[in-house]
Amino acid sequence: MEDIDAIAVLQDPVRRRLYEYVVAQGREVGRNEAAEAAGVARTLAAHHLDKLTGAGLLESGSRRLSGRSGPGAGRPAKVYVRARGERSVSLPARDYRTAAELLAEAAEQAGLDAGLCAAARRRGEALRGPAGPCGGLDEAVETLAARGYEPYREDVEGEAAGAVRMRNCPFHAVAESFPPLVCGMNLALLEGLLGTEGPVRARMDARPGECCVVVEAVEASV
Amino acid sequence: MTAPTRPVHLAQLNVARLRHPLDDPRVAPFVEALDPVNAAADGAPGFVWRLVEDGGADATGLRPLGDDVIVNLSVWETQEALWDFAYRSGHLEVMRQRRDWFHRHVEAHLVLWWVPAGHVPTVAEAVERLEDLRAHGPSPRAFTFASSYTAAEAAEHAPDGDSATV
Repeated sequence: MEDIDAIAVLQDPVRRRLYEYVVAQGREVGRNEAAEAAGVARTLAAHHLDKLTGAGLLESGSRRLSGRSGPGAGRPAKVYVRARGERSVSLPARDYRTAAELLAEAAEQAGLDAGLCAAARRRGEALRGPAGPCGGLDEAVETLAARGYEPYREDVEGEAAGAVRMRNCPFHAVAESFPPLVCGMNLALLEGLLGTEGPVRARMDARPGECCVVVEAVEASV
Repeated sequence: MTAPTRPVHLAQLNVARLRHPLDDPRVAPFVEALDPVNAAADGAPGFVWRLVEDGGADATGLRPLGDDVIVNLSVWETQEALWDFAYRSGHLEVMRQRRDWFHRHVEAHLVLWWVPAGHVPTVAEAVERLEDLRAHGPSPRAFTFASSYTAAEAAEHAPDGDSATV
């Protein structure tokens, strides 16, 4: 399916709600759960979830959701996650990705990390505008969500200071090709965007499958 | 011709030319990161082996390519396992600061190649692979993350009787 056709599948409002719900969970979602979240009947949700899978926007698998196994555990339920592939449509046709890859390749070969990070930090500050540093983790979630990072809170029980992690890397393709360069650029951008003098800090703490940055609350000095 | 079903592992060599000696305070953050990052490698999923100098904790004392060039030689179960460690662990933060401690590379500085599972690559063998990559570009014998080859492709190209090659 062409990107434009796949994206057109999301025009249906129920489908779009289901897609957005599955994406936001960051894990496998069953039909019942998705139906409940979208406020529609299970059979309708199942129909639309399978349409989304057919369009390549979701991937489906089967799993026993009850936790039971063996005889009597029942039929495995169908579960859905976001498909890994990227979809985009540009009218008229634009190809910023090739430009980004070429610029990154040249920057990597010339060792321009410091200059790139300085530019990223300035851009982050410009995006923040006249506002002061990010005031807390809830505000960080809002700011990061607006830039497509898909943030979520990761608070450890018993610890006052929490953290924000991000499911999505907006620079995924170039970050995979030139990780230290582009991940360093991303960290500098977020430092500029959130500030380094306020109550939260961006820090590199890479994990498989997520953005390499974690945003943490600075422990209040006692 | 080797059957592609034979178990294989991925060997990697990377080299870095130091801006300052390891006892210089300007590279102290790198030296401080060595033990925790090496410990993370040893515990990483898919880690098989890494070169350690006799009586040492790492390979930074070995200088087979020049007094100011440190080497890192390791073996992994899969290319994905190596990639996740290199770029999706605490190792990435060290990589991010690489320009502070190492000179920019003019030639290839990382080489990957397939070895039979259980084979422990020697430094000489690793250097040979790096030279192969530098002289001939990526091939099934010596490749990079950006231009990788499968073990089956490597097996097809292996000369008969070369026991150190898949």
